[in-house]
Amino acid sequence: MKQAISFKLNNETVTVQVNGDEQLLTVIRTYLHKTGTKFGCGQGDCGSCTVIINNEVIRSCMLLIEDVAGKEIITIEGLSNGEILHPIQQAFVKHDALQCGFCTPGMIMNAYGLLLKNPTPTRIEVIEGMEENLCRCGSYNRIIDAIQTAGKEMNSKI
Amino acid sequence: MKPNKIDELYFSVVNEPIRLGRREFIKKLGGGIIVVFCLGKLSILDGLGQNNESDALNFNAYIHVKENGRINCYTGKIEMGQGIITSLAQVVAEELEVSVYSIDMIMGDTELCPYDAGTWGSLTTRFADPVIRAAAAEAREILLDLAAEKLNISKSELAINNGVIFVKNNTPATVSFAELTEGKRIVRELKNKPEIKKSEKFNLIGKPLISIDAISKVTGKANYSGDIKLPGMVYASVIRPTVFDSKKIAINASKLSEFGGVELIENKDLVAVIHSDPEVANKAARKVNVTWKAPEAKANDVTIFKYLEENIAENSVFEEAGNIEIGKKASTTILEADYYDGYKAHAPMETHSATCYFEDDKLIIWASTQTPFGLREQLSKELDMPLEKVHVKQIFLGGGFGGKIYNQQAIEAAIIAKACGKPVQLVWSRKEEFMYDKFRPAALMKVKSGIDSTGKLQLWNFDIYCAGTRGTKLFYEVPNTKTRFFNERNIHPVGTGAWRAPGNNSTTFARESHIDVTAFSAGIDALEFRLNNLNNQDMLATLKLAATTFGWNRKKAEGFGYGIALGEDAGTCVAIIAEVFVDKKTGIVKPIKIVCAQDMGQVVNPHGATVQTEGGITMGLGYALYEEVEFNGGNVKTRNFKNYEITKFSNTPEIECVFIDKMDSKPQGGGEPAIICVGGAIANAIFDACGARVNQMPITPDRILKELQKG
Repeated sequence: MKQAISFKLNNETVTVQVNGDEQLLTVIRTYLHKTGTKFGCGQGDCGSCTVIINNEVIRSCMLLIEDVAGKEIITIEGLSNGEILHPIQQAFVKHDALQCGFCTPGMIMNAYGLLLKNPTPTRIEVIEGMEENLCRCGSYNRIIDAIQTAGKEMNSKI
Repeated sequence: MKPNKIDELYFSVVNEPIRLGRREFIKKLGGGIIVVFCLGKLSILDGLGQNNESDALNFNAYIHVKENGRINCYTGKIEMGQGIITSLAQVVAEELEVSVYSIDMIMGDTELCPYDAGTWGSLTTRFADPVIRAAAAEAREILLDLAAEKLNISKSELAINNGVIFVKNNTPATVSFAELTEGKRIVRELKNKPEIKKSEKFNLIGKPLISIDAISKVTGKANYSGDIKLPGMVYASVIRPTVFDSKKIAINASKLSEFGGVELIENKDLVAVIHSDPEVANKAARKVNVTWKAPEAKANDVTIFKYLEENIAENSVFEEAGNIEIGKKASTTILEADYYDGYKAHAPMETHSATCYFEDDKLIIWASTQTPFGLREQLSKELDMPLEKVHVKQIFLGGGFGGKIYNQQAIEAAIIAKACGKPVQLVWSRKEEFMYDKFRPAALMKVKSGIDSTGKLQLWNFDIYCAGTRGTKLFYEVPNTKTRFFNERNIHPVGTGAWRAPGNNSTTFARESHIDVTAFSAGIDALEFRLNNLNNQDMLATLKLAATTFGWNRKKAEGFGYGIALGEDAGTCVAIIAEVFVDKKTGIVKPIKIVCAQDMGQVVNPHGATVQTEGGITMGLGYALYEEVEFNGGNVKTRNFKNYEITKFSNTPEIECVFIDKMDSKPQGGGEPAIICVGGAIANAIFDACGARVNQMPITPDRILKELQKG
């Protein structure tokens, strides 16, 4: 039986007609065609599908759509302000913290959630906060540098 | 090397005449200047093998300076994270004297790009780069000719800056590329050796440049094969056996009636369910019951090495010098050991994906493939269609590492699309990705070395099972050597294939481990032993650079160890020195620092080369320390990242990359070489740290503890 579920996606209210047991990742990618969020494993192991829900980092492949009713979701598409990149995105570009780019949206969203909670993480804290996001191309060290740079940049603007 | 040597190296064979008149593709391009370049017949192994003469795109490169002044560079290579979208644009921009951001890279589109055998073997910079540079250089000369005519001034008086041609002695007369190309249509075939720039005039080559695709990737706008959405598209979910290479016996799909709108597709052993909603397709697929006949299990992850040794007799001699018996007599110490390396998965973050549709009788497809032209051929055969009725389009890949050259997913998607008559998307699950990975083959290396009383190598006897001979041509100076390669096709219970620097990871691990074993037995320092036994000047210089950068003689605390490994791959010399800490109680290894020195000839983009090297080393730590595929016959039990551990944030060490400065040399491979030395350097560092000599990768805590217990 289909039901209407509404939530906020990147600051816009959206309503989808669903059974309720669909993966949030499918809804975002397929029903709403926001394909920046990636499918990497479907089991919560890799972090490619990471999004922010009510300021918490969530693996969208592990969440059912019925659990997000009324909540606020941010995906990679909601991070930049028009053409102006978010400081985390800018820092990823500056440090070239990516290769194939497939894990990148998940990395950036996880970093966003990390910096919300801890605006000035140490290197060790970045590693702990990012540990379960995987990058096969091996850009980890650059990602750590990018997150620390972004943290500093964001704090200097407050 | 003299500065102009590079021209001779690059363009010793110029140029196969080709007829341009009948080429339909050129008509599609619109106005501007089009330069086509054909280097002549290269071997298919060079990655630039050509189509038949009758084929439309049987040349190597072309450049299109468009009417708006922007430049299209067409190449059959693809971008999978290795950064050639940046470095190729960089060489075009260098020759044309324009900003790199005015170049649009058109890659891997089989109707627009020149034929290319595949993006593999670290070949792009070695072979695609020079022909693209040549075409760009020729386009520059045409633009200068046009400007000379327009400004009514001698060509020699002109120069270019950022896409604007000006007169050198400061007169205000200028003309832009756009002004020169507007309303024109010049198609030029390159006939003579082009005047490519000398290194002292480089503005861009050799300068670090950040990836030009970075912004599209940090914003989520970069498109991959599973991001395409077509009107009326259905999602396919394939029903798989649990054992690789099983054959279908029976199928019961009666429960599909529970789902509205699903369709069952059957084609030989391929069974799939399609639906406009991927959630429904996946749920319905789980209700289809297929009975499979599995092949008999002949080996598992423990017995495989013995199985390979006992079942492969066929061998060929790869390299031989002197005489092994003489080598034995000349040696005062002879050391024998076997080295093992298990199967490794590519495990790219993007699973194999494809999206395709038929437009009348023509198939259009986006696929995560390192071989778009190979895929076109495969599809033409599988679907019995003429080659020109298949169009593979440009798309980013979420990692490849050699695993995306086989295209099974794309063929499956196309078969399903043909059967159902609708656009189809197929994205493999992570489980399918492991099951149908073409794993790096398990390998066994049997080594016998001998040294004389002065510590000079007299004997090197190397038997390689399954790993191949790439990079095994001995660069140590040994008078008596024999390297044999034992292999049998289809001996493996799972699919096998190319994995970033195929086989060279396994053989370099064995060779460099054994060099250390040999040095240790003679009581000689691992660096000194290598310096004494090398006569290859490039390798010597690379090793010295690594040792100086690392500080080989610096003190180490209890539990810390240093290890060296040398290797050669894709024309590049690699020397890695690793520092690790080993906890003797738990056997857990903590990589501390890795220095990698490389002689890769001319480094086009030092930043890009550094990123590739860091990536190779980080990935290499996985095969050295963590990655292990569990299986029984074709039943691959490793199905996700929970039981296939790759390198993570916490175990990535500090990495320092240094390059030998050779600006006037030909560029060599960069995507693969660094990874080959990681296993050997780590194994040697572990031994140095705790005394455990582990001969099998991955070097797990259990294997370390077992060696420590032996004492």
